[in-house]
Amino acid sequence: MRYSALRIAWEALTGHKGWTQAWRDPDPQPAYDYVIIGGGGHGLATAHYLAKVYGKARIAVLEKGWIGGGNVGRNTTIVRSNYLLPGNEPFYEFSLKLWEGLEQDLNYNAMVSQRGIMNLIHSDAQRDAFRRRGNAMILQGSDAELLTTDQVRKEAPFLNFDNARFPIKGALVHRRGGTVRHDAVAWGYARSADQHGVDIIQNCEVTGFRIEEGRIKAVETSRGYIGAGKVGVAVAGNSSRVMAKAGMRLPIESHVLQAFVSEGLKPVLPGVITFGAGHFYVSQSDKGGLVFGGDIDGYNSYAQRGNLPVVEDVAEGGMALMPMLGRARLLRMWGGIMDMSMDGSPFIDRTHIDGLFFNGGWCYGGFKATPASGYAFAHLLATDQPHETAQAYRLDRFLSGHMIDEKGVGAQPNLH
Amino acid sequence: MIIPHPLLGPRDAQEFTYLGDASLLDRPDPDAATAAEDFHAYAYLRDNPAGQHQELWFHEQGDRSWLVVTRDTTTHEILNAELARDVVLARRAAADKGADA
Repeated sequence: MRYSALRIAWEALTGHKGWTQAWRDPDPQPAYDYVIIGGGGHGLATAHYLAKVYGKARIAVLEKGWIGGGNVGRNTTIVRSNYLLPGNEPFYEFSLKLWEGLEQDLNYNAMVSQRGIMNLIHSDAQRDAFRRRGNAMILQGSDAELLTTDQVRKEAPFLNFDNARFPIKGALVHRRGGTVRHDAVAWGYARSADQHGVDIIQNCEVTGFRIEEGRIKAVETSRGYIGAGKVGVAVAGNSSRVMAKAGMRLPIESHVLQAFVSEGLKPVLPGVITFGAGHFYVSQSDKGGLVFGGDIDGYNSYAQRGNLPVVEDVAEGGMALMPMLGRARLLRMWGGIMDMSMDGSPFIDRTHIDGLFFNGGWCYGGFKATPASGYAFAHLLATDQPHETAQAYRLDRFLSGHMIDEKGVGAQPNLH
Repeated sequence: MIIPHPLLGPRDAQEFTYLGDASLLDRPDPDAATAAEDFHAYAYLRDNPAGQHQELWFHEQGDRSWLVVTRDTTTHEILNAELARDVVLARRAAADKGADA
């Protein structure tokens, strides 16, 4: 079924009886050419591009719970392309371009809203660094604009401009950045992949890999043995656990990152705002809730919940930046498990096992990468060659010395 | 989280900074033929288990001792804490005994 305004009008007049399931619920086949492990944003996007762009068939997505139940359902929904380094910025710019055409591509309302991102500047040194980043962004085809304090005041008059320690000295604005309805991303990719013949198999946990003579033969799951030509793993948060079943150790630690949402308010924030003197970022959802977050808790965790010291730290950052936040009540808070890679950058690469491919290490920046990650991973699975924008995301880069230290923050930077 | 410090008793985890897996105590031999690979694995690769995890915490706001804390990464429950110095000395003693035998 194709979604359209006409369809909504028709269904409204006929009692909404014509809507069908958005995707099937098939039983697993004995074997597939491509098995994607992980029914999150990245896994579903991979399946979608593999089927639609690369024309592959016999594809399955295996998900241990329900699709979109991991980090694609637990993030702060920000999309942006404001990186500095050559290994990163082309990839994230590619991603942002895919976001811009996503809804037409998927025929699904993902509420892509390019409301802009404002990175605040609090010192002269920071202005220099942001000017350099902005120029790097523009060179890679993205957009960036440097604002003076007065210009920031016009756009966001509610900020605490005269904070004694961290006065606001301007901002780097990335107008094409914004937010996307996160769950709809998973559902839209799932629906589109399903329409292109992909089997989405939920409640199917991978318990092991069948590897013979250095080549992947099959995956063993809680719903039986499934033969596989190629296997792509996209299970960020649990990458180490899954890849350990193939005998691999990864340059990744799992950490918990908390996020928060306030009660619904009338529109107050024009876009995404980030604090340049602490780790705090905030946007307003279409329902009106202020969505915000800060640092990872800073210790290995698979618990999907954090502790109070970071809550205090985030609240302090918010109050320093935006004192009006203190009038809003907190509605919900939650934690997601991040694949913290050792240099803060992701992996999209083959492994030493033939036919086994790995996608992970997204740290706390995986959501914005969803389309490009899926596209590049599909490219790698289909052609055995890395996508041109993802060539730097190699698993062996720590051995070869080609780290991508965008901000010098991995799992344990000893900077916190 | 409350860390049961072996000398100071229960202390808030906020007094500590976290370094990570206690395997960092086992520095590889820099003279070995495989030193480059060994140090790559030592510095960058992790077991990253879901469940019991031995990890290094530094009592920065306290007595500045390094602890080896055993903690469950799925529940954040802290099961044990020892002085890292004691852990290393015990390992060395065990290794020497093995070498003598």
